[in-house]
Amino acid sequence: MDINVLGMPLAVLGAALAALLAGIGSAIGVGMGGQAAAGVVTEDPGKFGKVLILQLLPGTQGIYGLLIAFMTLSNIGVLGTPKEVTFAQGLMYLFAGILMGVAGLISAKWQARASVSGISLLAKRPDQFGKAMIFPAMVETYAVLALLVSLLCVANIGNIAI
Amino acid sequence: MAEMYTYAVARVRCREMALLTRADLSRLMQCQTEEECLRTLQDKGWGKDTATHLSAEEMLIEEDRKIWSFIGELVHDPGVFDVLRLPKDFNNLKAAVKSVITKVTPPHIYMSGGTVPPETMQRAVEQNDFSLLPDFLAEPGREAASLLLQTRDGQRCDILLDRACLMAVQKAAESSECDLLREYAELTTAIADIKIAVRAQKTGKSRAFLQEALAPCRTLSLDSLTAAALKSCDDLLSYLMLTPYAPAVEALKDSASAFEKWCDDRVIELIRGQKYEAFTLGPLVAYILARQNEISTVRVLLAGKRNHMDDGLIQERLRDLYV
Repeated sequence: MDINVLGMPLAVLGAALAALLAGIGSAIGVGMGGQAAAGVVTEDPGKFGKVLILQLLPGTQGIYGLLIAFMTLSNIGVLGTPKEVTFAQGLMYLFAGILMGVAGLISAKWQARASVSGISLLAKRPDQFGKAMIFPAMVETYAVLALLVSLLCVANIGNIAI
Repeated sequence: MAEMYTYAVARVRCREMALLTRADLSRLMQCQTEEECLRTLQDKGWGKDTATHLSAEEMLIEEDRKIWSFIGELVHDPGVFDVLRLPKDFNNLKAAVKSVITKVTPPHIYMSGGTVPPETMQRAVEQNDFSLLPDFLAEPGREAASLLLQTRDGQRCDILLDRACLMAVQKAAESSECDLLREYAELTTAIADIKIAVRAQKTGKSRAFLQEALAPCRTLSLDSLTAAALKSCDDLLSYLMLTPYAPAVEALKDSASAFEKWCDDRVIELIRGQKYEAFTLGPLVAYILARQNEISTVRVLLAGKRNHMDDGLIQERLRDLYV
């Protein structure tokens, strides 16, 4: 059997893992933020707008995962013109997907913890919204770094002739 | 994985905004009379509503009821707070036993927020059917009722139920996942033992009395405590200096009320770290204890105003606040 027939399934697996793992992380994160936000809004509905933003912060990892998945599917021809993907290229797409997926999953969960703490801060000090936003936003840096590396990989793997 | 209380903690954080602050206490101190204090508290949201006039005791009972009603909205299983609810059960059992046997029922003897309705306690004692109560209450209840009937010794009845209460609290704390509840149970048991030892020493009680009254705990050796209490006050204080309760010795030398204040302040110190927790049961426990501390602070203040005590004297007795 020609080993290169595995290239396409591996690349699709990479796309799936990027969307799946980052999506799971975001779902957990937004869920945790939602619980805290609901608690604050139960007591003070006037804080809805502010806590909503904090709740949504861990949702970005899911979008990053989706972006990598779309780009991978587009580059390998699942979306658009079908292309040939070698075994080595498939493996590289898989690694790029895993990178985004794992970084998205872990960063979303930890960002959610920071968001929940930010929501608690906001509950007691509504004037400190900016600071409450900054703490969870810091965690975003690492999801963005993973996105960047993953994006560079996915964009250039097709040009590597192996 | 321990259960997460994210929603509940967020609600508690909002409620903490309504806790009394130092400024509120200063405002209450400036009131000339108890009536004025009650009006100020009513404006702050204490009691029922501004139209309903409540006496001081009724207002404090209402505030206690509010705590448990709020907590009831937050957790599916109120059993996680058994460490805090069991003392109410034992207080109600004590009240039921004494009121049924002595046939005297003063007002407001029962507390809300326990695990067993006070009416059930009353019925169990009246019908002498303690099977109506859970095991941890049935046996001490039966013993206390028969002791009071035979001896009419209210103090021994109290001792029996107080010890049973501390043991039940310790048992509930052991099965709890919350470190704060375990530490709180240990602290309350140790404080109760110290109070018993100090009183026993002052009134010259026997070794048998101390053995009957003291409840075991990790941070005190009951044998050493008993031996010290049987010798002298200095020996008792010297023993306490060797325990984690050494800072209480100064307060004990000062007065009983200074020691009471030290105990309440120690509880606030214990719960202060929970201000920075966002997911666990700890902040809920801290909120309950902070509210209870607030109620006892207001009780001291109102009693001071009612008895026209000097402001400086009242101020000395006011507890630390959580916020």
